[in-house]
Amino acid sequence: MRDVFSLYSKKVMEHFKNPRNVGEMENPDGIGHVGNPICGDIMELYIKVKNEIIVDAKFKTYGCGAAIATSSMVTELVKGKTVDEALKISNRAVAEALGGLPPVKLHCSLLAEEALKSAIDDYFKKQGAKR
Amino acid sequence: MKRIYLDYAATTPTAPEVVEAMLPYFTDRFGNPSSIHSFGQEGKAAIEEAREKIANLIGAKQEEIIFTSGGTESNNSALKGVAYANQHKGNHIITTPLEHHAIIEPCNFLEKSGFKVTYLPVDKDGLLNPEEVKKAITTKTILISAMHANNEIGTIEPIAEIGRIARERDIYFHTDAVQTFGHLPINVDELNVNLLSISAHKLCGPKGMGALYVKKGTRMVSFMHGGEQERRRRASTENVPGIVGFGKAVEIAEEKMEEEAKELTILRDKLIKGIFEKIDHVCLNGHPTKRLPNNINVSIEFVEGESMLLNLDMEGIAASTGSACSSSSLEPSHVLLSLGLSPELAHGSLRFTLGRYTKEEEIDYVLEILPKIVDKLRSMSPLYKKAS
Repeated sequence: MRDVFSLYSKKVMEHFKNPRNVGEMENPDGIGHVGNPICGDIMELYIKVKNEIIVDAKFKTYGCGAAIATSSMVTELVKGKTVDEALKISNRAVAEALGGLPPVKLHCSLLAEEALKSAIDDYFKKQGAKR
Repeated sequence: MKRIYLDYAATTPTAPEVVEAMLPYFTDRFGNPSSIHSFGQEGKAAIEEAREKIANLIGAKQEEIIFTSGGTESNNSALKGVAYANQHKGNHIITTPLEHHAIIEPCNFLEKSGFKVTYLPVDKDGLLNPEEVKKAITTKTILISAMHANNEIGTIEPIAEIGRIARERDIYFHTDAVQTFGHLPINVDELNVNLLSISAHKLCGPKGMGALYVKKGTRMVSFMHGGEQERRRRASTENVPGIVGFGKAVEIAEEKMEEEAKELTILRDKLIKGIFEKIDHVCLNGHPTKRLPNNINVSIEFVEGESMLLNLDMEGIAASTGSACSSSSLEPSHVLLSLGLSPELAHGSLRFTLGRYTKEEEIDYVLEILPKIVDKLRSMSPLYKKAS
């Protein structure tokens, strides 16, 4: 039974209402920047990595309810994971963790996956530069 | 939680008086108007009474009103009906980029069957220029369709002038008056239209009910075949309760229209002014004065429309947006893009449409809640950081 009629699942609305890990990060080890204003979604994801483990993640997102909720969820999912483990997080996993997304909104979860990959790429590049 | 409905352009609540008028036609007076017995004739009389009310409100003759299932059918019927009946004269149709999908998509359909469609240019406020209509007309032009007022941005178009140009050249002229009928005065002779689409649920009437005005002598093919109803122009057993409800809604609208328009204009302007005072980086979409009395459409920079809608909904406020993310396509509103708005601004659009039951306190509530929502979303927007 649904007490409130809503486009999204309870979990999505909960993350939309109280997004986790919003904000910028000082001296991040990796930054992911994906999306564009033309399709209405832009996501910035920051990660802090210690000994190959993602110890903190933050985001800033311009976009719809699904974009904000998936951003919030992906930051929750990556924290505590190794970089390699994090690379395996798929858009489907993010959507599932949110109790599903309406079919027309699945592309938003793809954005979250891409933001994460882009942030990790950036981390690898920075690591390479240090070496 | 109290709920505030500010999406009257999408649909309106059915007025209690309308529901009351409809009820007997579901039960006691259920007859088929085509039947010759008293049950049937009772229904037939009710239909004709409603038809008269509608015809009177737009200065038409009763036999020029065809009942339909709604604005979409009226528009489809007008465009395809006129196009197919007049293709021996030409295959060119002129319309505007502001039209509802119920015009654009029939046009796309007609293009696939050999018709050519020209879309007129619009200015930044969504206003059409009748001079452009003159330029677009060719010897092949058989039909011009331009909406009376736009559902998204509320701009009211110079329909009478466009109609005059069409009439002088003997070209059929159709207008989609779904957003204006029952809200602004309409006279089909003054507007110089041959066809005019209207819908019941935009003026506190029932859903699934509309009508098409067809000027006597207009050549068009029927949209529905299968019976004698509506002088063979639209087969199907009449939706008697719907028609009765439509008639009642029109009766009430006729009585309240002038006063409602005045009151709504005051509330509209209060909301627009309040938004501009309380939120920075905002722009108004649509014409500032040639505008529906109930329409507010603003673009709020650095935030996306759907996330504003969801936040408003959580506070009990129902509004609308032209952002893509609220639909299955990723393209933002074609209307907003046609004004030359950037995709970002189109995604950040928010529409409030007021109506009969809107109260001033509700406007005050929106003005209290909306700035907080915008602040919250901007604080998490990567675009805002770059702009500030």
